[in-house]
Amino acid sequence: MSESQPRLRATAVTKTFPGTVALDRVDFTLQAGEVHALLGENGAGKSTLIKCLTGAYRRDSGDIVLDGSVIDPRDTLEAQGHGIGTVYQEVNLLPNLTVAENLFLGHQPTRFGMISGRAMKARARAVLAQYALDIDAGRNLEVYSVAVQQVVAIARAVMLSGKVLILDEPTASLDAHEVRMLFDVVRSLKERGLGIVFISHFLDQVYEISDRITVLRNGQLVGSEATADLDRVRLVNMMLGRELEQETRESGRTDRPEGAPAIRFRDFGRTGRIAPFDLDIHKGEVVGVAGLLGSGRTETAEVLFGVAPHDSGRAEADGKALTLHSPRSAVANGFGFCPEDRKSDGIIGDLSVRENIVLALQARRGWTRPLPAREQAAMAEDFIRRLDIRTPDAEKPVGQLSGGNQQKVLLARWLATNPRFLILDEPTRGIDVGAHAEIIRLIEDLCAEGMSLLVISSELDELVAYSHRVIVVRDRRHVAELVGAEITTDNMVTAIASDERETAA
Amino acid sequence: MNGATAFLRRIAPQLVTLTVLLLLVALVFPGFFEISIANGRLYGSPIDILNRGAPVALLAIGMTLVIATKGIDLSVGAVMAICGAVAAAAIDQGLGLVPALALALGVGLACGLWNGLLVAMLGIQPIVATLMLMVAGRGIAQLITEGTILTFTHEGLIFIGAGAFLAIPMPVLIWIATGLLVAFIVRRTALGMLIEAIGVNPRASTLAGINTRVLLIAVYMTSGLCAALAGVIAAADIKGADANNAGLWLELDAILAVVIGGTSLLGGRFSIIASLIGAMIIQTVNTGILLSGFPPEFNLIIKAAIILVILVLQSPAVRTAFVFLRREKPSAQAKAETVAQ
Repeated sequence: MSESQPRLRATAVTKTFPGTVALDRVDFTLQAGEVHALLGENGAGKSTLIKCLTGAYRRDSGDIVLDGSVIDPRDTLEAQGHGIGTVYQEVNLLPNLTVAENLFLGHQPTRFGMISGRAMKARARAVLAQYALDIDAGRNLEVYSVAVQQVVAIARAVMLSGKVLILDEPTASLDAHEVRMLFDVVRSLKERGLGIVFISHFLDQVYEISDRITVLRNGQLVGSEATADLDRVRLVNMMLGRELEQETRESGRTDRPEGAPAIRFRDFGRTGRIAPFDLDIHKGEVVGVAGLLGSGRTETAEVLFGVAPHDSGRAEADGKALTLHSPRSAVANGFGFCPEDRKSDGIIGDLSVRENIVLALQARRGWTRPLPAREQAAMAEDFIRRLDIRTPDAEKPVGQLSGGNQQKVLLARWLATNPRFLILDEPTRGIDVGAHAEIIRLIEDLCAEGMSLLVISSELDELVAYSHRVIVVRDRRHVAELVGAEITTDNMVTAIASDERETAA
Repeated sequence: MNGATAFLRRIAPQLVTLTVLLLLVALVFPGFFEISIANGRLYGSPIDILNRGAPVALLAIGMTLVIATKGIDLSVGAVMAICGAVAAAAIDQGLGLVPALALALGVGLACGLWNGLLVAMLGIQPIVATLMLMVAGRGIAQLITEGTILTFTHEGLIFIGAGAFLAIPMPVLIWIATGLLVAFIVRRTALGMLIEAIGVNPRASTLAGINTRVLLIAVYMTSGLCAALAGVIAAADIKGADANNAGLWLELDAILAVVIGGTSLLGGRFSIIASLIGAMIIQTVNTGILLSGFPPEFNLIIKAAIILVILVLQSPAVRTAFVFLRREKPSAQAKAETVAQ
């Protein structure tokens, strides 16, 4: 293969969904014999790009060139025929069929029109030998570990396509030893000249295996550099980046409220989700949480709100212990939580704006004490005006509003309960610039009114703008706390990027 | 009032369907709408439809709530058999009418509790969880009746199935009263909204602080209670508890009534009144086929064909086409209606 002609080159790929631009003229170049890491936060456009390359989505515009010829895959099967194979995080194989059947499903070797089991097993053994995998191809796939299944999936993908292999978070459910085994396979494939796209949230693994890193953010290409030239701090900067350049201040707020904390958490944690942490929150204080996806930031919120109830530590407010073993008990204690995934965890899509707004308050009052219709309507009108929710009327199903307005409805739902502690997980993700600025202003207003807030965000500049304190999470552990003037994007990036060995030292 | 017009618009398709069906039957069987009074009780085909439709109507009330939570209750037919058997056995043992009825309704609630626990606490899929009782229930009912048809002569119990109050047959009064009461309760309290929220997005509902588990259990218990009422009526009607045939396949008619009533099997928005009209549509088809004198062996096929037509007319595809036609030119609407008929 000549260096001049890349294995795969995608130029100016654009894909829009109603209301959002998922990919905005993104370029992507993959050399033969290269492991290319594709990085970005949730919603950055990684999976959309992959789906455009594999034909799972039809792109709106842009060219895809494979080995010098233009291709236009309309479905994954066609992409496979061109030589682009994909292995997903959840292995897409059939656990109740044998290893050999899984390898050759749809392409079984035949004799006189009948499937030849013996030939299939022999060929399976030969294929698996290339991956140094010594397993019985006649046994069901489900008896083997996820790592082995993963390798079988790779073997199948390589056998059927053989030019480009896309690995979408292949290591998410593997232990360290299994990761090593998988990486050996990846390296041998790389030597055979495949172009490999590697998606992962584990930066250590990215640095270990990849030759090149491409970063996407909000559907745009941030940059593409050789791994050796890109240090961690710069990488995290590229991923979390600066969005609100003109609006933000340099460092966090120093007007931190004094006095006894309103709510104290001690040794609060849950095994396997987030290591025990201490947290004090004052009235009128905004505590920011910074960290990469999967670092434990959402887990922190879910443990606090009782979604995944804590199994260690305690919480108290005004000298009294709080029970926080379910969202219901958290709501009873005056907590509120806007989750990260609005669609699946937040809005009740078919119900109206009004019903979505009164839902949490009504749930707290209990079914026997319904809010009178007039009061509901007044409350909905009030919030629609106060938060500037763009909807023709309060009876419109909330699922038909745009992302930013849905987020405002969710905020209204919790504000209606008049909470003392509000947890916001990525409140500004996937919403347009105008709504974005409004929500930040609202956070500041609420804090001025004396509400305590915990805000999780991957927009570091945003955290600088409203936080009195920022907690940095990494590897499911609270690793640093920045206060007031210490809160700068640089400090946060450094704390996020510093790897484990340094911290241990 | 705004709410009233919205409600009328909601049940309009069901009302239109029912009216058209009644007119069709009257066309084939001219004496259809004749109603008379004898022995202090109303008689006539329309009364017969209201009366015969009682079990399915009662089942449809509970089924509507269950389906609104994105669930389903396949056990209601079997629960009818159990509760009918319990009532008959209790009367035979010499218990009074009130204790016997309380026992039967209590057993219905217990059956609902069992289903609810399986669904809400163990997270078993509703169709599987209620399938267990659907299969086992008839066995339980047979154990109670000891394999025979348990007959009784207790006047009070028979009155529930065959009696009349103010000339209206008791079963009709019971299903209408139950339907109105349940509809009133869910709409005048916050239950209706909370049930719909669970059906649309259970996870988000839990996160909003709704006690999803308790509500789910309550909904399945309501379904069990409705099935118990239906079971007692069915037993009182034939003056005996038939463990094998009481309520047989009625769970499917109840689901059908809910679907005809326009409540989505995917959960969410529901209307009990529309489901009740749906139950009457099914009974009109049943009675209509009998009256029009088709050979009985055609009954099931004709019923299936009529229901297919109803569901096709209600399907989103046809509706959008209909709205499209109406927007194109107003006169097309009349044409579409004649075609539909």
